[in-house]
Amino acid sequence: MADPGFLVLAADQVTGALGKGPAPDALEARRMQALSLAVHIPIVCFGIAFPAMFLFVHWLYLRTGEPAYKALAKRWSKVALTIFAVGVVTGTILSFEFGLLWPDFMATFGEVFGLAFGLEGVSFFVEAIFIAIYVYGWDRLSPRAHFLTGVPVVISGFAGSFNVIAVNGWMNHPQGFTVVDGKVTDPKPFTALLNGNLWHELVHMYIAGYIVTGFIVAGVYASAWLKGRRDRYHRTGLVVALSFAALAAPVQIVVGDWAGRRVAETQPTKLAAMEGLQRTEKGAPFTFGGYYDKSKGEVEYGVQVPWMLSILAFHNPNATVEGLASVPPQDRPPVNIVRFAFQTMVGIGTLLALLGVAFGLTWWRKRRLPRTPWFYRAVMAAGPLSLVALISGWIVTEVGRQPWIVYETMRTADAVTSSNGLEVGFGILVAVYLFLGAAVFWLLRRLTAKPPETEVAAPARR
Amino acid sequence: MLPEICLGFVVLGITAYAVLGGADFGAGFWDLTAGGASRGGRVRGMVQRSMSPVWEANHVWLIFVLVILWTAFPVAFGSIFSTLLIPLFLAALGIIFRGSAFVLRGQAATIREARVLGGTFALSSVLVPFCLGAALGGVASGRVPVGNMAGDPVTSWLNPTSITIGVLAVVTGAYIAAVYLAGDARRAELPDLAEAFRTRALGSGVVAGAASIGALVVLRSDARPLFDGLTSGSGLAAVIVSAVAGIATLGLVWTRRLGPARVTSAVAVAAVTVGWALAQDPYVLPGQLTLDQAAASHATLLSLVVSVGVGFLILVPSLWYLYRLVLQGRLDQEYEPLDQRFRPLEAGDPQRGGE
Repeated sequence: MADPGFLVLAADQVTGALGKGPAPDALEARRMQALSLAVHIPIVCFGIAFPAMFLFVHWLYLRTGEPAYKALAKRWSKVALTIFAVGVVTGTILSFEFGLLWPDFMATFGEVFGLAFGLEGVSFFVEAIFIAIYVYGWDRLSPRAHFLTGVPVVISGFAGSFNVIAVNGWMNHPQGFTVVDGKVTDPKPFTALLNGNLWHELVHMYIAGYIVTGFIVAGVYASAWLKGRRDRYHRTGLVVALSFAALAAPVQIVVGDWAGRRVAETQPTKLAAMEGLQRTEKGAPFTFGGYYDKSKGEVEYGVQVPWMLSILAFHNPNATVEGLASVPPQDRPPVNIVRFAFQTMVGIGTLLALLGVAFGLTWWRKRRLPRTPWFYRAVMAAGPLSLVALISGWIVTEVGRQPWIVYETMRTADAVTSSNGLEVGFGILVAVYLFLGAAVFWLLRRLTAKPPETEVAAPARR
Repeated sequence: MLPEICLGFVVLGITAYAVLGGADFGAGFWDLTAGGASRGGRVRGMVQRSMSPVWEANHVWLIFVLVILWTAFPVAFGSIFSTLLIPLFLAALGIIFRGSAFVLRGQAATIREARVLGGTFALSSVLVPFCLGAALGGVASGRVPVGNMAGDPVTSWLNPTSITIGVLAVVTGAYIAAVYLAGDARRAELPDLAEAFRTRALGSGVVAGAASIGALVVLRSDARPLFDGLTSGSGLAAVIVSAVAGIATLGLVWTRRLGPARVTSAVAVAAVTVGWALAQDPYVLPGQLTLDQAAASHATLLSLVVSVGVGFLILVPSLWYLYRLVLQGRLDQEYEPLDQRFRPLEAGDPQRGGE
């Protein structure tokens, strides 16, 4: 602790507004929160991307009058409503957990970042209202009014992720308040809302939403394709979903590069953990694979590419990249988890981008879908893989932020509830989410098993 | 002024959730008590049809209350959620089960599936309002001190006031639900179901009235400051308004004027939540934390009030549009008793309701 830099840091830290209490279970609380987020985030992807997809197909229907388009748009919107309903409950759990698990985080910083959630509440409301009107309004409202009621669903899906990501960006790059004697003063809610990490995190997540939704939905139709169901309905489902994903996946590489450079700038310790870089180095190498040995302070069995990390992080082969050793051990995140998650995300992301490019090239050059069954098998695999990449990305962001709940300002262990017995809650929650996952899977299978003709067959009776 | 406006948002949110969300939970109560699969099939079909387009929007009021609380009154929020961890965790679990089981039941293909899912939906519809009511009771009776787990994790919500308010929340929800379902059944041109729900409304209305009087007796011995607040000054005025509106609702239901009864039943609940806020004025956590102590800084409150105010400019017309469509029957699906749908849909079938 001789380095004066650490002392400055310590002076900026806060003591919680609820006062010091025992904090027995920060790890258990983190597990519960991570579990709930891992359940909720994939659902959010559908909230982001699915409305745009079914509205696009709906627009095709309005232009052409082709019943297969209507059947598809209707079917997708029903699936979206079901997923939204599950998102409503899993999202509620998250907001409960903020208080149940991290009361002192909320009590101390609620007034700084809360505004974003106020706005999120409004957009969530609008989303809930219009998705219900849209789905229950099929064949009931005038075609034009009905189509228009889908538009707020798309907008509020975006607004919702904007606000939630704003809070996450703020936790990683806190601003908009002053710390005086360990107390948070002078909150500036709009500064906190529009923090420096908001934009790249938002774009990264928003595009991820399209990749995940696109590939998962496309996977369903790719499987139907392999089974020989290649009528207009299935073909449209495949092409539309795949086009969204194939456009988004290569773009994500560019956005990921932007995000990585922002991390290098604002959270060098997180970057060091992502790379397993122990010492600050000029012209730092990038290491593929291997694992980080804490006692030796180096990555074992990895493959090094010289200068690559400096190039990736700063677009300059001679740039200096800060290592883990520049902060005391208790201020470092768990390296192997972060690093493994990061490499998983980047690896899968690259494969998905290649798949997208393969589809795009075939479509552009030959005006048809690829013929090899391996393409369709790859699309089926891409859905689950994109989910893994998504969760890995969030692990990088969130575990990489540790041991801080508010980066370099409040420790996670200082924010946690003083309650005992969180492992009971964690156990229950695991069981409940397993039930929920199985139930939703079962429901979606049943929904997709119905022949599409049922969506448009009989005119609706009152 | 700003803290009062934010408290107003919280009271508005709790009121809306108690009326609209409460009606959805109450519908679950009637689902639970509807009887065997074939006897209760008609009631359950009506519950399913009425709730489907609106329950998600109704539920968002709860989220609204939470976000206003933690932004405008962060210390109160942290204290409440740490001390009342158990009932709030139970409520959260109930919310998962209620929502997911309700959605899944719409796709049930066998009577067994429908029974399991329906039972889950209905039981959690009783659990959630009880737990949330019990948590409110813990706050209102001054059992939540400022601090991280500073209160008793058990007696803060298992005490006479909490249990009373929990029961009251369940009963009131059932009452409102019966009134609304009777109206919906009449709109669906199902007079026998409308009568069935009217009978339930009258019965549960009497029970809710009795429970309210009983609640006052319990509060008198267990939460004297709250009782005093409710029996004097503006608190008393609110209680009287609630009683009058409650009795008026009974009269309207009796004479089958179900439309106006929707309004008066909502007024009866709103008067109670407003009365409660008035009764514990100036406290947010009675005896512990006043409104001014609890309030976040001026900049936060101002930006919150402005943002939510602007948000309401979008939200209010949207809600109005949704409820207008619903009450005009324009989002109504075809009515189908819930026990009639238990076979997989085939391509040749006419399209079913609830699709």
